[in-house]
Amino acid sequence: MSSVITGIAASNGIAIAKAFVYEEVSLEITENSTEGAEVEKANFERATKTSKQELEALKTKTEEQQGKENAEIFAAHLLVLEDPELVGAVHTKIDADNATAAHALNETAAMFISMFESMDNDYMRERAADIKDVSQRVLRHLLGVKSASLADLYQETIVIAKDLTPSDTAQLNKEFALGFATDIGGRTSHSAIMARSLEIPAVVGLTNVTTDVHDGDVLIVDGINGEVIVNPDEATVEQYKEKRAVFLDEQEKRKRLINEPSVSKDGKSVELAANIGSVKDVDGVLNNGAEGVGLYRTEFLYMERDQLPTEEEQFDAYKAVVEKLDGKPVVIRTLDIGGDKELPYLDLPSELNPFLGFRAIRLCLENEALFRTQLRALVRASAYGNLKVMFPMVATLEEFRAAKALIVEEQEKLRAEGISFDESMEVGIMVEIPSTAVIAKQFAKEVDFFSIGTNDLIQYTLAADRMSEKVSYLYQPYHPAILQLVKNVINASHAEGKWTGMCGEMAGEKTAIPLLLGLGLDEFSMSASSVLQAREQLLGLDSKKCEALATQALTCTTQEEVEALVNEAIR
Amino acid sequence: MLEKTFTITADTGLHARPATQLVHKASQFSSEIEMEAKGKKVNLKSIMGVMSLGVGKGGEIKILISGNDEEEAMNAITATIHEGLGES
Repeated sequence: MSSVITGIAASNGIAIAKAFVYEEVSLEITENSTEGAEVEKANFERATKTSKQELEALKTKTEEQQGKENAEIFAAHLLVLEDPELVGAVHTKIDADNATAAHALNETAAMFISMFESMDNDYMRERAADIKDVSQRVLRHLLGVKSASLADLYQETIVIAKDLTPSDTAQLNKEFALGFATDIGGRTSHSAIMARSLEIPAVVGLTNVTTDVHDGDVLIVDGINGEVIVNPDEATVEQYKEKRAVFLDEQEKRKRLINEPSVSKDGKSVELAANIGSVKDVDGVLNNGAEGVGLYRTEFLYMERDQLPTEEEQFDAYKAVVEKLDGKPVVIRTLDIGGDKELPYLDLPSELNPFLGFRAIRLCLENEALFRTQLRALVRASAYGNLKVMFPMVATLEEFRAAKALIVEEQEKLRAEGISFDESMEVGIMVEIPSTAVIAKQFAKEVDFFSIGTNDLIQYTLAADRMSEKVSYLYQPYHPAILQLVKNVINASHAEGKWTGMCGEMAGEKTAIPLLLGLGLDEFSMSASSVLQAREQLLGLDSKKCEALATQALTCTTQEEVEALVNEAIR
Repeated sequence: MLEKTFTITADTGLHARPATQLVHKASQFSSEIEMEAKGKKVNLKSIMGVMSLGVGKGGEIKILISGNDEEEAMNAITATIHEGLGES
């Protein structure tokens, strides 16, 4: 019987092969030593040494196959093994508690893991996984458990696992590991990131794939739609083989579109831009042929540190980005903190309803000194490229006026100091709050542009908390109300000779692009890796037909109707 | 006993690679080497210790060394920090 399991699409592509269920061996650890402390210490040293040799080998192999950067993880693992704090704690436990080496290591590692897991920083939490990975390796040697190795795959296989650790993915032999599927994980988990960098199809977050699938089952991993098909019939296999051929062919073709303009079949041109979080992301923007940055999130400058970034630090970061973009537009969003994003050193009050609370522009207008520092850095950086400033979460015109006035004041001060800046720098707002979308006409007279942030706009319009599983069905990008608001914003901007962009997830989606083109959106900003696909789609669209499609979509009664309408049209 | 204070200027702060470099360097010496930041003191030869402090860009650290080779150690660590990690 064939069945379909749905998870999270982690890495594009389609793979068809037999399943290999990779199981984590459960380790049985004896607590008390019967052999004495010296023997336990010697055992520990031997197991550590063997592990180090393995890690050295893995590091070399990974360097050769995947480059130095991917191999760095093993350098970190080696350091963990050599860490005097870890070794010291293990020795102490062996001596003091008459513990076996395995028990001492397990307890020590658990302590470090929980310490790192409790840190309020994603990077540190990932280090917990590293410690776990490396301590498991030593434990296997201590207990003489032979691990099923992913390096020993000798036929084309789809790897099924609970999760894949860095050690696991590094061993994956790309020649035979055609794809993988895991129980846990999301788009940004280690396994997903590695799959994309190895360019092998993967679906993660399947919950029970390790129990639903057995060794030798034939599987199709559809990394495009996030589905795994178990024991498909022959017709389905043929269908997916075809799909895979089309995918590979398209991928090849798309690469030729890097320097092509973004125009529809009938010659309507738009801007395809990318979203970034730091200057490091700029290479991805340029390599994927984006025509600008539609959203530069400045939060990361403020995060992972214990004090506010200075004006100079911010200036350097903004300047680096606009210079690298070399005259292409860069829309920089001012600090959007609060809600689910916290800054420990600001000591913000915790609120019952953070998404409706003290965040973004509200917080910045209240903390004027913090806000002025950022605005001054932005205005100074405008001298080095095509920089535009955007305020997040604007609910009223007063907020926009107050924020804009601060920019004008900072500009005046800089002028008096003889520091140059772009006198015609555009200042716009994000449209995330329904009140702003509704009176876009009034806003359009004062702002230079709009950029629609769909994630929040949807959450506020349908009154559905993005974090609540129970109401996730209400997160409806194609709800006719959303389309109506988008249209209202675009029309209002055009009436004043201004432009409208979109920087939410929606802008890069296949179903959304024809509608947005039809509604007259000027700029589409998405993750860099989606740009070429969007350009390809755009080249095949007729803007007049899309206009008619959008007009019809606006009369639909439900999201379901809208999606059906568009999917029928773009088929 | 030698002491020296630095300000971290690397964008990433004392994460991953920079921490690794420092720990590597410190491990080459027999002296006791500690790092103090945010009011906590850790063994500079311990990668987990160093990373657990989570020192970001702009953060201040103090290096404390005592032992036979304390001078060479301080010079070597200063040089490592100056190579793009931070300034005295």
